[in-house]
Amino acid sequence: MGGLSTKHILEMASLSCDDITLILDTAVNMKEISRRPVKKVPTLRGKTVVSFFYESSTRTRVSFDLAAKRLSADSVALTAGASSMTKGETLVDTVRNLEVMSPDIIVIRHSSAGAPHLLARHVSLPVINAGDGMHAHPSQALLDLMTVREKKGRIAGLRLAIIGDIARSRVARCNIAGFRKMGASVVVAAPPTMLPFGIDSLGAEVTHSADEAIDGADVIMMLRIQKERLAAHLFSSAREYARTFGLTVERVKRARPDALIMHPGPLNRGVEIAPEVADGPCSVILDQVENGVAVRMALFYLVLGGQRDGGD
Amino acid sequence: MVVIRGGRVVDPGHLDGIYDIYISEGRIVDIAAPSAGAASSPAVTEEIQAAGKIVTPGLIDMHVHLREPGYEYKETIATGCLAAACGGFTAVCPMPNTEPVNDRAEVCRFMISQAAASGVGVRVLPIGAISRDQEGKDLAEFAGLKEAGAVAVSDDGKPVSDDLLMRRAMEYAKGFGLPVISHCEVVSLAAGGAMNEGLASTRLGLAGIPNAAERIMVERDIALCELTGAALHIAHVSARESVRAIREAKKRGVPVTAETAPHFFMLTDEAVGEYDTAAKVNPPLRSEADREAVCEGLADGTIDAIASDHAPHSVMEKEVEFDLAANGISGLETSLALSLSLVRRNLISISRLVEAMSLAPARILGLPGGLAVGGPADITVIDPDMAWRVDAASFRSLGKNTPFDRWELQGKAVLTMVGGRVVYYGLAPGAGRCR
Ligand SMILES: [Zn+2]
Repeated sequence: MGGLSTKHILEMASLSCDDITLILDTAVNMKEISRRPVKKVPTLRGKTVVSFFYESSTRTRVSFDLAAKRLSADSVALTAGASSMTKGETLVDTVRNLEVMSPDIIVIRHSSAGAPHLLARHVSLPVINAGDGMHAHPSQALLDLMTVREKKGRIAGLRLAIIGDIARSRVARCNIAGFRKMGASVVVAAPPTMLPFGIDSLGAEVTHSADEAIDGADVIMMLRIQKERLAAHLFSSAREYARTFGLTVERVKRARPDALIMHPGPLNRGVEIAPEVADGPCSVILDQVENGVAVRMALFYLVLGGQRDGGD
Repeated sequence: MVVIRGGRVVDPGHLDGIYDIYISEGRIVDIAAPSAGAASSPAVTEEIQAAGKIVTPGLIDMHVHLREPGYEYKETIATGCLAAACGGFTAVCPMPNTEPVNDRAEVCRFMISQAAASGVGVRVLPIGAISRDQEGKDLAEFAGLKEAGAVAVSDDGKPVSDDLLMRRAMEYAKGFGLPVISHCEVVSLAAGGAMNEGLASTRLGLAGIPNAAERIMVERDIALCELTGAALHIAHVSARESVRAIREAKKRGVPVTAETAPHFFMLTDEAVGEYDTAAKVNPPLRSEADREAVCEGLADGTIDAIASDHAPHSVMEKEVEFDLAANGISGLETSLALSLSLVRRNLISISRLVEAMSLAPARILGLPGGLAVGGPADITVIDPDMAWRVDAASFRSLGKNTPFDRWELQGKAVLTMVGGRVVYYGLAPGAGRCR
């Protein structure tokens, strides 16, 4: 009965299949806690989680915060602007200063890819990546895996379609790695402007047709289209994007009848996803949010040395 | 009189053999077959034993950043000169992206006077800016720069994006006999990029810079070179397409020359590893195919010169998020050993190496080059077999930023002489320097 094979949670590639299974199994137990009338256990009493959010994200911040609180850990969230972060102090300085105040876990969200790796090299405590630039967002991939496993009973053998701006998406990168590792096949669909060089090297099939990607898919994961990407000439108009890559009721019919619809949020209803699809019976978007708290509870527990239950 | 005795003298196209070099009053007075066993003439006041060593015309690094004026915390002209001397360079050409920019005679004179004041003795031959303040709008004062001692003009660090300005710069510089050194980069294609666009950038989620960002500008500048007939020199060639474009242009007789830097023939973008900012450089480290093309370009002479693009930074600029980190490698103290590895791998000859690190820069910049009787005694003595380990912490340069830290290298300058004066002495005790 072991714990995690890694100290930090930086990206899916550095987690083994056993690590992922351990996290998902632990998260199932944690979810049960969230559904109790008293949503709190003393597991991490006396522990402190410090979160740095150098990039705004209310929902991820709240999710990590709730996860800490449900395990009775003290949680401090610092956002850019609220601290020395904006005063020219370097990331490493800020965290070294905080480190001497003896927190137990650092959570970091940053617009620069690799910022969590930089921290992990400079501090002695576990670092959890809550999203770094276009690179990784492991807790998101884990909550997606948990949601799919919960609904389908398995990951292996499933076909996942990811549609949207793959090149600039940490969600896509992490999910390709996570789902492939757990035995699913992954197809990505986007116009060539939204595909990074050599994406197939990450193990995904590539198509420029949303219809083709959705054909026979067990899971459809839509990525948020940021309208400001228009300025970078990634597509010609939101209207055209919705028509060619948006998930409509018609398009969903190409997938397997029991296909799950996922989205990392926040949604642009009517652009990448039609409202009827987002709120329809196949949508598991709210389950993803709920599972997010459970997965983050599991990560806190496990990076502090928690182990699989003896009876498991 | 000083004599450098018994080394293998390599001066491409002129000498390759065992000779004694006699030096007096800063000049080479004789290069003669070794006087085996003969007693020194009383005129000889110092003997430097160079048996087993390679004696070459002084190495010239035609592309360095010495950071002074403006960024003395990264490097000063004095520390840069020490690093150069230690790396075997008798002359270095600092780029103008200082603060203020070296776009006028006063700054140029200041650099030269700081070099003199440092007392190190390495020649500092500044490169003036192409445009005022390197803003890419108005031409800098080339005549004044030239009079003050500038040997070329460049907006290095920034491309000259305006096609007409580049055309005029080349035409105007031609009138003063100044080569134009181009930093080739299409800004809109490179914008936001933190490393090479390739498999590594995809894996790391970093915005990439495609080869085309360099190649398109290389091809534009070649077109302008053909139009104007001015001397164009392409700085830090990194992409295979650029090598090909330069090779074809040279075949057509276009007066273009080019340089590359050791990191481009030693490393690929895989060196970025897990966001190692020591490997962040502009242009970025490219793919294996590009690395090989750069080696071929050096071997066949398409790429004339090796320059370090010595770009020292403080830890403040490097120990940060990868995309926020400064570009650059502190290269003066590893350039020669890394280049010698090409010789050891039989990719180039020692003679080609001396050409690339001494004669070609001299020729491109219009300086006296080679070892000539009557010429200045700028000489580098290299121990090609000396094994050593790179220790960035002990660099003379203030910039400890290098992806080669801890590398085991072979070959090192053991003596650097400028104008007859030894500016660096690294020969083992007892190996010479008697009297
Ligand atoms: Zn440059």
